Amino acid sequence: MPKAIKVRGLHYRYEGMDGDVLVDVNLEVERGEFVLLTGASGCGKTTLCRCFNGLIPHFYGGDLRGEICVAGFNVRETPIHKMALKVGFIFQNPDSQLFSLTVERDVAFGLENLGMDREEIKRRVDWALEVVGMKEYRHFAPYELSGGQKQRIAIASVLAMNPEVIVLDEPTAYLDPKTALRIFQLLDELNRRLGLTVILVEHRLDLASRYASRLIVMSRGRIVLDGDPPTVFHHKLEEYGVTTPRLIRFFRKLEREGYSFESIPLTTEEAATVLRRITS
Amino acid sequence: MIEVLDVYYTYPNGFTALKGVSLTIDRGECIAIMGENGAGKTTLIKHFNGLLKPTRGAVLVDGSNTMDLSVAQLSRKVGLVFQNPEHQFFSETVEDEVAFALKNFGFQGDEIKQRVDQVLERMGLTHYRQSSPFNLSGGEKKRLAIASVVVFNPDYLILDEPTIGQDYLQKREIIGIIRSFLKEGKAVVIVTHDLEFVVDLRPRIILMSQGRIILDDTADKALSNLKLLDEASLLPPQIVELAYKFFNSPSLEGVLDEDDLMKIIKPLLARRRGQQ
Repeated sequence: MPKAIKVRGLHYRYEGMDGDVLVDVNLEVERGEFVLLTGASGCGKTTLCRCFNGLIPHFYGGDLRGEICVAGFNVRETPIHKMALKVGFIFQNPDSQLFSLTVERDVAFGLENLGMDREEIKRRVDWALEVVGMKEYRHFAPYELSGGQKQRIAIASVLAMNPEVIVLDEPTAYLDPKTALRIFQLLDELNRRLGLTVILVEHRLDLASRYASRLIVMSRGRIVLDGDPPTVFHHKLEEYGVTTPRLIRFFRKLEREGYSFESIPLTTEEAATVLRRITS
Repeated sequence: MIEVLDVYYTYPNGFTALKGVSLTIDRGECIAIMGENGAGKTTLIKHFNGLLKPTRGAVLVDGSNTMDLSVAQLSRKVGLVFQNPEHQFFSETVEDEVAFALKNFGFQGDEIKQRVDQVLERMGLTHYRQSSPFNLSGGEKKRLAIASVVVFNPDYLILDEPTIGQDYLQKREIIGIIRSFLKEGKAVVIVTHDLEFVVDLRPRIILMSQGRIILDDTADKALSNLKLLDEASLLPPQIVELAYKFFNSPSLEGVLDEDDLMKIIKPLLARRRGQQ
């Protein structure tokens, strides 16, 4: 079985711009991984995501060098509409993704474009709305929904296409923390239940890292850290313009006091347990 | 001083967004207004510069009723940065966008150039000065919106969700700007969901829910009040949650960040070491 993503020696430069935005990026993602991708503004994370579904080079043009295969397809040689069947893409602002008069029509849109028969479309729309917990909203207009609900519908419309990989570029930027957490929980569920490969671009490491099997940090167009979240959190992320969650900062302070931890806890539950162990 | 006196506001569609809100904002104060979406936060701050006028009650800015002043008059004093920055852009270049208000407020040539240079540098936008505001990334647009208000140095700086799309260093820069305003004796009001940002600033906290203020207190008290945070649909800061789970106590006042927690954990660690 081919890997979900395979990138080797990837360089990219936008049309008319000086300098590479991606510099020698190497990455292999197995199917079913939950990858959290982070980095300072302008580090190249959004650009890399655009390569995953073929927006680069097919829409943005520019100069792409190196190898990139997603879901077994050579991105460079595969048209966007074909990549879209394999790679679902979710943007920051769900308003840029929803345009129909009802939720149901929005979720069905991609399927109708494929010329799928009505029964199959209905089955898939029902399933996708069910999975994201929005079944009772099928006849609502997108503008009647909250930001979090809209983002769920955007996810449903991508899921209905039955992709192998879902790429989300800061999907919670406009959402409050509680709603953001619910989106991450949904992604966790999709990852576990459907084996969907998740690539999540996020600044909110405090809420998202507990769900990720892997944390990748980019800086100046390169991947600078790549590993499971507790391991990556041993590094000083501030150097790369990334906010370290306070829980992690607290444990790093404990390490400076001479304590060592096999694995830095990512949730307050785990953290409380570890604290109890070392204080009693 | 901004005085909000028992303000009600009903939108033309009949939705009442504010239901009897009262507060005062003194110069030199830093205030964070927090609460779930739809709690009335943005509606409230739009009253500060007269964009909205109360349906009932009154808002006074330095003693003058906003009913008697135009938005243009108020804007010189009360600089408001919107949540969605695109709503406030209209110039062709970043530079013109920042200079616009200065020209409007009667600043002259050299002064304009100097101020624009300074603020663009500060917000990391210098190399975009000739770009169109609409070609910037989300985070850059946000910083441009802040720049175009900060540049005319208002007495009250009102920021709606300033940290969206900002990374670690940019957040630090925004905190720096807020602190320098406070130092000059100006007031800063922030509407935000970003609790960890608030933990860094430790402002006075106003929690809103369904058009009302449900809490108005110091950061030390407000952010360790798990029950009220939950009512306002906010997640507690990580360290507050950890302290709660570890000590099994509902409220440890003022334990908000890793340094606060370390201070109270250290004696426990020392005691344990002593026993060994």
